[in-house]
Amino acid sequence: MINFENVHKAYGHHEVLKGIDASIDRGKVVCLIGPSGSGKSTMLRCVNGLETYQSGRITIDATLVDTDDASIHDIRTRVAMVFQRFNLFPHRTALENVMEGPLYVLRQDRSDVRDRASDLLNRVGLGDKLNAYPGSLSGGQQQRVAIARALAMQPTAILFDEPTSALDPEMVGEVLHVMRGLAEEHMTMLVVTHEIQFAREVADSVLFLDGGRIVEQGPARDLLHQPRHERTRDFLRRVTHPI
Amino acid sequence: MNTFTTRAAEYLPLLINGLWMTIAITLASLALATVLGMTWALLRTSGIKALALPTRIFVEGVRGIPILVVLFYIYFVMPDIGIDLTAFQAGVAGLALTYSCYIGETFRAGIEAIDRGQIEAAKSIGMKHPLMMRRVILPQAVRIVMPPYANNVIMLLKDSSQVSVITVAELTMQGKALASSTFDNMTVFTLVALLYLCLTIPLNMVMRRVEVALGGAK
Ligand SMILES: Nc1ncnc2c1ncn2[C@@H]1O[C@H](COP(=O)(O)OP(=O)(O)OP(=O)(O)O)[C@@H](O)[C@H]1O
Ligand SMILES: [Mg+2]
Repeated sequence: MINFENVHKAYGHHEVLKGIDASIDRGKVVCLIGPSGSGKSTMLRCVNGLETYQSGRITIDATLVDTDDASIHDIRTRVAMVFQRFNLFPHRTALENVMEGPLYVLRQDRSDVRDRASDLLNRVGLGDKLNAYPGSLSGGQQQRVAIARALAMQPTAILFDEPTSALDPEMVGEVLHVMRGLAEEHMTMLVVTHEIQFAREVADSVLFLDGGRIVEQGPARDLLHQPRHERTRDFLRRVTHPI
Repeated sequence: MNTFTTRAAEYLPLLINGLWMTIAITLASLALATVLGMTWALLRTSGIKALALPTRIFVEGVRGIPILVVLFYIYFVMPDIGIDLTAFQAGVAGLALTYSCYIGETFRAGIEAIDRGQIEAAKSIGMKHPLMMRRVILPQAVRIVMPPYANNVIMLLKDSSQVSVITVAELTMQGKALASSTFDNMTVFTLVALLYLCLTIPLNMVMRRVEVALGGAK
């Protein structure tokens, strides 16, 4: 459902994506791994038009992602995003954060939206925090609110950019647990992550990005257990056995 | 001291008239300056160059002209091109125009201080620019902007004395008139200064309350 065809992106003269071809099928979980600066975030952010790309095509179902076109807003309502730093709205409660999109962007009925938002917060284990402001929540709780906010849009896919990297270690599990739940319900997910264990257990396929190119992609088991490329092997060795 | 109080009682009615005029002109120009200032700030942060650039040139132009010159211009030059304003109207126009540019810059700084992640979060749920401004950026910017805005309000109140040069009978003007007819500069200008403090001190306190209330809601 998400397709990359020969996507190129540069910041000035600095080429960051050098011809990306990839496709993410509906209901699949695809993990995007690779060293720092390899272009993972950039690739993800091109999908919902937070970044522009210079050439090639990104399509979602049949819709071309084009930040200059009004359709981009519609695309963003269908493809949600979860950020490394949560980016919750600090002046609104957890419940209001989750209600914001459906209520003001999709203009759905307030009481329906409220019911659905509190169900979602319950589901991510925050039923007792509906009226809490983000500032009073832990990082793990904030990230779960952010996931609920993404789900409230009833998206066809969710993009995750290192959703656990800003968390204290003891909070990583609770967020991954929620994401695992989504995977089991066949939510389409594109996840940038350094959690190789999570990728191993949850991902249908893995893309290894290095220097703006996809070096290797394939089923999670194959790529993570028997990487074909030396660079993939190197990278996996470094992230799974630091030092 | 006794003579001061008897004289003060004699001068006060006239000065209070001036005080009312000062309040009226301050409130009128503040309302106008705030609306215009918000407009300049929204245009400058619209991301549309054809709107942002002219606004920037205009705002920086006006900020570079002394308020007295703006007032003279509106009161004495505009009639030549058919815009005939009363002294009060010209005073409000001049103060509002000048202060809209100061306030606009304050608002713009507040808007630009909002974390980029907030903008990305708003965009990522499909918000268009106006909705994002209304629901995400401005409610947060208000908090940042409150202290400098309060400062602008006090400055505007004090600068309302400048409109005395175009014959608006506000507090300073009344004081000058009274002083030159009684030669009692000491009593008159002491009273004038005290009357300004009667406005600025409570105003300061109110503004601080508002800041605390806004900060506390977080
Ligand atoms: N706004 C920008 N302007 C200029 N260069 C940028 C910008 N954003 C990213 N880059 C550069 O693009 C390259 C890819 O960045 P990107 O954030 O996509 O990497 P990443 O794989 O997500 O890395 P990390 O694991 O550190 O998050 C980096 O070299 C980075 O310095
Ligand atoms: Mg990144």
